[in-house]
Amino acid sequence: MNQENNSRRDFLLTGIAAATLAVGCNSKKDAFEAGAEDGAVASGKKIKLLSVDGEVIEVDEAFLKPVPHLPPVSNTEARIGIPGKKFVMVIDLSRCKNLKHCQSACNHAHDLNPGENWIKVDPMQSADHTAPYWEPTTCMHCDEPPCVKVCPVDATFKREDGIVLIDSDRCIGCRFCMAACPYSARVFNWGEPDILAEVANQLYSAETSIPQKKGTVGKCDFCADMTREGMLPHCVSACPNGVFAFGDMNEDTVTNGTETFRFSDLIRDKAGYRLMEDLGTKPSVYYLPPVSRNFPFESGLENDKTQNS
Amino acid sequence: MENLIINEKITKGQLPKNSVSIANHKIISIADEKIISDLLPQKFGKAGKIWVGVLTAICLVGLYAYYRQLRYGLIVTSMRDYVSWGIYISNFVFFVAISLVGSLITAVFRLAGVKWGSPLTRIAEIIAVAAIIFASLIIIVDMGSPERFYYLFIYGRIQSPIIWDVIVITTYFFISILLLYYPLLPDIQILLRFKQSTGKRLYRFYSFIGSFWKGTPEQFRLSEKAINILCITIIPVAFTIHTVTSWLFATTYRPGWDSTNFGAYFISGAFLVGAGAVVVAMYIFRKAQHLEKYITEDHFEKMGRVLVLLALLYLYFNMNEFLTPFFKMKESEAEYLNGLFSGNFAPLFWFAILIGMIVPTLILLFKKGRKPLPVFIAGIMVVVGAWFKRYLIVTPTLLHPFLPMHDVPESYRHYFPSWEEWAITLGSLAGAMLIITILARIFPIIPIQETITEQHETTK
Repeated sequence: MNQENNSRRDFLLTGIAAATLAVGCNSKKDAFEAGAEDGAVASGKKIKLLSVDGEVIEVDEAFLKPVPHLPPVSNTEARIGIPGKKFVMVIDLSRCKNLKHCQSACNHAHDLNPGENWIKVDPMQSADHTAPYWEPTTCMHCDEPPCVKVCPVDATFKREDGIVLIDSDRCIGCRFCMAACPYSARVFNWGEPDILAEVANQLYSAETSIPQKKGTVGKCDFCADMTREGMLPHCVSACPNGVFAFGDMNEDTVTNGTETFRFSDLIRDKAGYRLMEDLGTKPSVYYLPPVSRNFPFESGLENDKTQNS
Repeated sequence: MENLIINEKITKGQLPKNSVSIANHKIISIADEKIISDLLPQKFGKAGKIWVGVLTAICLVGLYAYYRQLRYGLIVTSMRDYVSWGIYISNFVFFVAISLVGSLITAVFRLAGVKWGSPLTRIAEIIAVAAIIFASLIIIVDMGSPERFYYLFIYGRIQSPIIWDVIVITTYFFISILLLYYPLLPDIQILLRFKQSTGKRLYRFYSFIGSFWKGTPEQFRLSEKAINILCITIIPVAFTIHTVTSWLFATTYRPGWDSTNFGAYFISGAFLVGAGAVVVAMYIFRKAQHLEKYITEDHFEKMGRVLVLLALLYLYFNMNEFLTPFFKMKESEAEYLNGLFSGNFAPLFWFAILIGMIVPTLILLFKKGRKPLPVFIAGIMVVVGAWFKRYLIVTPTLLHPFLPMHDVPESYRHYFPSWEEWAITLGSLAGAMLIITILARIFPIIPIQETITEQHETTK
């Protein structure tokens, strides 16, 4: 299954994104291998693809050449990041009703140990008489990251594109970064993560943060592997309410998948802010205040109970 | 007669200028002989054997617990994402704190010309060495991936306070070892003359570490110089190890740790607990080895005064640490402070303040309180109070993060150490005491040569 997954992904990576993903998904691994040989005979089975110019084309399955699986970027590359980018996230508190689709998508995508969450959704209330609201928190990917400052072995690092990642092959598990992070964004693999053996046996990649390893720290990675492919982080695409918007500050654009905003306008018009600005950590995650809300706070309570019992 | 000749050599050795007349010399030699036989390391009696047996058993249980931790990971502890540092780290801080006593009694007293402290120097140095060894071990125990310990040396980032700690603890360890070793050399020379009563292996050990020492004036001069240099260097290093250890906390933003007072607060606490440990050890060694003539009531009287001074100093820094935040009650700190003053942690907090500082001060302020037994009891209070104080420095802060502890399993929201953590912690404390016991079995707990020299000086 894993193999098939890989070839499916390669297929997308050829640059001709499959318009009819369903067909691609169903195709057997054998068919691809046959296609790799020279002088392949048309099988008669057509696959719809989206060409680079945006046209839908049909190609015989036998003529599709599988591209060798792109290895995850090297550790050195993962440490540098994507040049010219500065990733930011905007979390619109007026849209959140504690559905936690972000959380489950994230946990699934990163093969997290069950019970561990990189995204947390907390009920917040500034003072007794003020209105409560739901606040999802991720890693803030600070520009002055306290965790990176204190790491004794350079296991956690800040990239050119603003993302803070962890090299689990380097981490010694001292947990100084956890103490240093004021946002409590970091989680620790206290025991052997309860994940499939085939996942656990993969080589660790800092961009996918897979596999999580016993005795090392983990946290939200802004889905660095997805952003490298020009795709949105899993939490962003999983949220049906468009709470999360993600983008490149240099392009001044963020999107939640359906709507696209000019980042500076959004932050200005909706009075965006960052958490604990006074600490000087300079987060890359911005929040829009919970005004003119789409949902009452109470609508999230049920979900809070079921997931927190 | 044979002994007299032996002692003649000793006297020559330590009085290179030959300032003592021959007639005087013989009388002194008999006195020296008495000192030597009083201070020679003694074999374990029945109580000693039981003591060693119990400590070894506790260590073995701790080792088994650590085996389980290595196998299953830190999951066997009660630490979770919020309380990510637990009693291992508080125990580490405790060990670092105690180890500072070596520099106080040996170096500060020596440089300040405090003569009465010299019979206590070896006790202090032995405690310092045992504590710094276990401080290093316990920090490895706390690591999630201890097999990568050497990464600290090959990938170390000098910007990280942990690396500062690694550097200064290593430095302090070596200075402490040398400060134990150099003053031992003349004593080893004396020990080597009792080949019959020392076991074969121990004799070989003594020869290995000290047979080059002949007690020549040149060697004495060099040793004196080396000890002086070590005494001067150990003071800044000692201040640094505990200041840097406090910075592991103070460089974070957390309520209760975000304090500019932390370095001085830790140092003062360290001197207090170290002095407390020394009076406890003094009392026990004095009883066990019948050293009443060498560790006198006067020593307890004076150490009692030192303890009062240090307890008041620590109390002062505690006031600084808690009174001003209490006055302001900042929102981010309010819950944490209330937890200490009147909440969950209040019993422990007031226990540490009262038993760790105020009650010992009250006992030791009175002349009657500075007799050996009350000083011993006050010392125990100080040490026990100090251990819990370190726990209070680490854990309550971690239970009060800035963002709510909400979207996590229930077990993440509180902390009580698991049996493995207790076993490892008690094992490390037992291990430190075992090292102290063994070193006291191998080496004279009171410096023999120094005692003889001082005896001569007073006779003159």
